[in-house]
Amino acid sequence: MSDARLDVRKTYKLLINGAFPRSESGRSYEVTSAKGAFLANAAQGSRKDVRDAVTAARGAQAKWWNATAYNRGQVIYRLAEMAESRRDELAEHVALAEGMNSRTSQKTVSASIDRIVWYAGWTDKIAQVLGGTNPVAGPFFNFSIPLPSGVVGVISVQESSLLGFVDAVLAPICVGNTVVALASEARPTPAVLLGEMTSSSDFPGGVLNVVTGLTGELAPVLAAHEDVDGLDLSGVTFEVGDELAALAAGSIKRVFRPHEKESDSSLRRLRAFVETSTVWHTIGQ
Amino acid sequence: MTRRVASVDQVSTTPLRLVTVEDRNVQIASTIAVPVIETEAQLKALIVSLSGVDAVGAEARAAKLSTRSIKKSTKLAAIEMAISMIDLTTLEGADTPGRVTSLCTKAMRPDPRDLTVPSVAAVCVYPDLVAHARSVLGSSPVAVASVATAFPSGRASLKVKLMDVREAVSAGADEIDMVIDRGAFLSGRLGQVFDEVVAVKEACGHAHLKVILETGELVTYDNVRRASWVAMLGGADFIKTSTGKVTVNATLPNALVMLEAVRDFAETAGRTVGVKVAGGIRTSKDAIRYLVLVNETVGSTWLTPNLFRLGASSLLNDLLMQRLKQQRGAYVRADEFSGD
Amino acid sequence: MPTFAPTNSAGIDVSDRQLANSQLGSLEYDPAPESAAIAKLESSYGLFIDGGFSDGEAHEQFATVNPANEETLSMVAQASAADVDRAVSSARRAYDKVWSKTTGAQRSKYLFRIARLIQERSRELAVVETLDNGKPIRESRDVDIPLAAAHFFYYAGWADKLDHAGFGVNPQPLGVAGQIIPWNFPLLMAAWKLAPALAAGNTCVLKPAETTPLSALVLAEILEQAELPPGVVNIITGDGSTGAALVDHPDVDKIAFTGSTEVGRMIQQRTAASHKHLTLELGGKGANIVFDDAPIDEMIEGIIDGIFFNQGHVCCAGSRLLVQESVADEVLRRLVRRVEQLRVGDPLDKNTDVGAINSAAQLLRIRELTAFGESEGATRYTSSCELPQKGYWFAPTVFADVAQSHRIAREEIFGPVLSVLTFRTPEEAVAKANNTNYGLACGVWSEKGSRTLWVAERLRAGVIWANTYNRFDPTSPFGGMRESGFGREGGRHGLEAYLNV
Repeated sequence: MSDARLDVRKTYKLLINGAFPRSESGRSYEVTSAKGAFLANAAQGSRKDVRDAVTAARGAQAKWWNATAYNRGQVIYRLAEMAESRRDELAEHVALAEGMNSRTSQKTVSASIDRIVWYAGWTDKIAQVLGGTNPVAGPFFNFSIPLPSGVVGVISVQESSLLGFVDAVLAPICVGNTVVALASEARPTPAVLLGEMTSSSDFPGGVLNVVTGLTGELAPVLAAHEDVDGLDLSGVTFEVGDELAALAAGSIKRVFRPHEKESDSSLRRLRAFVETSTVWHTIGQ
Repeated sequence: MTRRVASVDQVSTTPLRLVTVEDRNVQIASTIAVPVIETEAQLKALIVSLSGVDAVGAEARAAKLSTRSIKKSTKLAAIEMAISMIDLTTLEGADTPGRVTSLCTKAMRPDPRDLTVPSVAAVCVYPDLVAHARSVLGSSPVAVASVATAFPSGRASLKVKLMDVREAVSAGADEIDMVIDRGAFLSGRLGQVFDEVVAVKEACGHAHLKVILETGELVTYDNVRRASWVAMLGGADFIKTSTGKVTVNATLPNALVMLEAVRDFAETAGRTVGVKVAGGIRTSKDAIRYLVLVNETVGSTWLTPNLFRLGASSLLNDLLMQRLKQQRGAYVRADEFSGD
Repeated sequence: MPTFAPTNSAGIDVSDRQLANSQLGSLEYDPAPESAAIAKLESSYGLFIDGGFSDGEAHEQFATVNPANEETLSMVAQASAADVDRAVSSARRAYDKVWSKTTGAQRSKYLFRIARLIQERSRELAVVETLDNGKPIRESRDVDIPLAAAHFFYYAGWADKLDHAGFGVNPQPLGVAGQIIPWNFPLLMAAWKLAPALAAGNTCVLKPAETTPLSALVLAEILEQAELPPGVVNIITGDGSTGAALVDHPDVDKIAFTGSTEVGRMIQQRTAASHKHLTLELGGKGANIVFDDAPIDEMIEGIIDGIFFNQGHVCCAGSRLLVQESVADEVLRRLVRRVEQLRVGDPLDKNTDVGAINSAAQLLRIRELTAFGESEGATRYTSSCELPQKGYWFAPTVFADVAQSHRIAREEIFGPVLSVLTFRTPEEAVAKANNTNYGLACGVWSEKGSRTLWVAERLRAGVIWANTYNRFDPTSPFGGMRESGFGREGGRHGLEAYLNV
């Protein structure tokens, strides 16, 4: 009998409203590495978990949007700092989940952290890029500002467990939305880890909610939920995406479907869940 | 194959008609009583409590009403109405008794060949010519109005202003057009403006008092509304836009704001005050636009010379020409009517 | 049901001053109708496909009527699925062979030409619009037609500047755009759709509304006059089935729809499993928020403009009035007095303020919802104006004492009907304004700038008018949040709907 220490295995839980509950259903599922080895147990979220996550996201929306853009940038940058300090842990999970060697996974983590920094810098610039004043033909001051769509449901890409997740959740969050994200079904742990880091980065509870579980079970719930304003379908096939997009039509959701090759510098993701609000005011003595 | 859009039954059985005088006269019992003004603080509190005016909205409303299309018999009626509302004015340093005689003659019979043309409401002259105007007009219904109170600047002591008023009244003026002290108003001395109106009103005796706000110098619509109220609270029988002696004279939006003021004052204080627009009104089209403004802001109650006046001189000839054009169906010569 | 029967309760006495001799005291406006003949309507119109008019393949026609008197104005073609296919093919050919090879500078000049021609035929277009839609000639003359021309002028200038529009270098068009527009602003909506689409380099198949096809058909003549290459714009008339065929057509790359949320939802569902890009401009239940320090006279006019402009057939209409409780009585009193002054009648009369309801179906809906208003206990004020015997008419109506839960406070009536609610604090006003699935437009009336901006920042609406209402401009993005749709029309933002970015 070996005297090696028996490791303590972590069950990866959900992130809802700043807390880490197990699924209300009590279910969990086994997550394996790319090579099929046992990696961890993850909570297998249910319809009701999705519902609770949407409620949390809705509750946090006004507070997140009413924070100053500067403050939102600080909070997101803090997340980059936290990720940097736990980069080895992230890299280990990315390596196992995605079957990478450690060098590649470190590069992926670096890219992901840099991406978080990129989004941190966008919070107080996006209004100037997407908004502006409009020279209407009359005595009115007229300006357009980007407002968040509200609550965005993200079905995160299945393959890219960290970098893809960062893009999918931080783009809507940095412009003021709150997010309910379904993590990659087979590779949920990097997303859960990043979720854990948000709770130590001054993210108000509910801004990012992460639900793990079976995409096929949870995605239709999210797509049909009428209090979800936008839906990112990055993590499903085109066929499934078509079905989910039809469900999303029930409450006229904004639906984002990635291009085959989404350019890094594209603002599509930032524009996807932004509403242009235009204000007119009379000008007179 | 043809499809028809279904008809809807029971829409209405009454024929198409336009809005009538009755509709416009909808009046609602006053809800707020205006307190007696005893101190400047009370006056200021009341003035400050008045709603602001959004310049863009006021100008848009005036512009929209000026697109009303007044044609045919309405136009003829409007032209005659406008004639009857004119304060036929001469306020020149070069005025002579001869000119005033000519003016009075024209005031009584604007078109000597057509006695169905109504006489104008009044002639308006400087105080020294009141007695002459009075003697020419005799017992005609045309009133004599006189500018007083150191017209047009208003820059004299109250004593001098009151003397100016009393002389004009004793010479036979029926109406006095006073100017407010714009300097006092603009520097916030509302009490002084109010007191002057009260004093002049008292000096007028039986004569009616028109208070000239000189809106061109008040600049903002908020000021026009506030000055209108100070004048009305002080006892003005009419509030009047302008002296005609500054760059900006009567404008439709200023008149709109003043009409709103007299409407609200009637509702809250229970007293009707007239409005006189003056300066720069030269064409029938201008005049009719003002009548429309009156019609749709305060209602036809105000469409009488008792409550609405047009201070003008050359306007009368244009109204007469347009009237003749309506009757003849062809444009007429300017020389058809006398120059004065 | 209180009406505004004239009263003399104020007893204002004007007889105490007899200064002058005349007591005319009335100014009734003679009818001042614009001549219907200016419209120069044909007795029937075909489909505008591939640069010319042709019959539909089934030779089926339907009548378009003047809603003010129910007389048939003209017969127009009912486009079948085969006709839609013909139009889409034409647009595809034109896209592949001509328009995608036309430079931005050339596209720009075509659009400038169209803008000028609209101006030159503006009087005719205004009369056509008023005849077909029922809106007052003052509005079609002063709002619809000038704005339609302005939209073409605005987007004309973008066609050769797309690299600088903020969507990256050399942004590409989408291809063939199918555009379905409503009956409330027929020509203006056609302009909102066509101008940005053409500037961005797309070709178009436009379907005007069933009840208001005529101004789009005159526009087709203008496109011919402008020598726009055949097939770049195709205009096909028909009912909902024509629209559905366009939405379902596999060779359409983009659907732009303006209309009801109900139909928008259906279109989003039907296009979900396709490559089609989609923008939707749907319904609304705009809140017009009045604070106690509002500029009262201009605010009353703004409320009137907000709900009675175009008979309330406006998706962004200020159909919910939220008044601060401390001034609610005063505002209602002034409002009903003003409503009574509205001149309702012949849309061609230049002095008409409120015209005819666009269709029998719409009139039925308005009646149905207003009946709910009464049965739910709201207090109804209806103008005492007399309505014409023929045609579709509804007297301007205000409901007071409306609760947030009433149907007339929640559903879009799309008619001259205002629901008045009250609030006590800015927070309550915002909460009530946002308590709707829609999010198109809101108004805020206050002289206090900081509070106006505080409210504007919190309203979930694509357009917010402060101390004004129902203003439109080609440079100003327009469009909704939530179930009022997505995408913007107007301004730089409007290009995004027609670019593959």
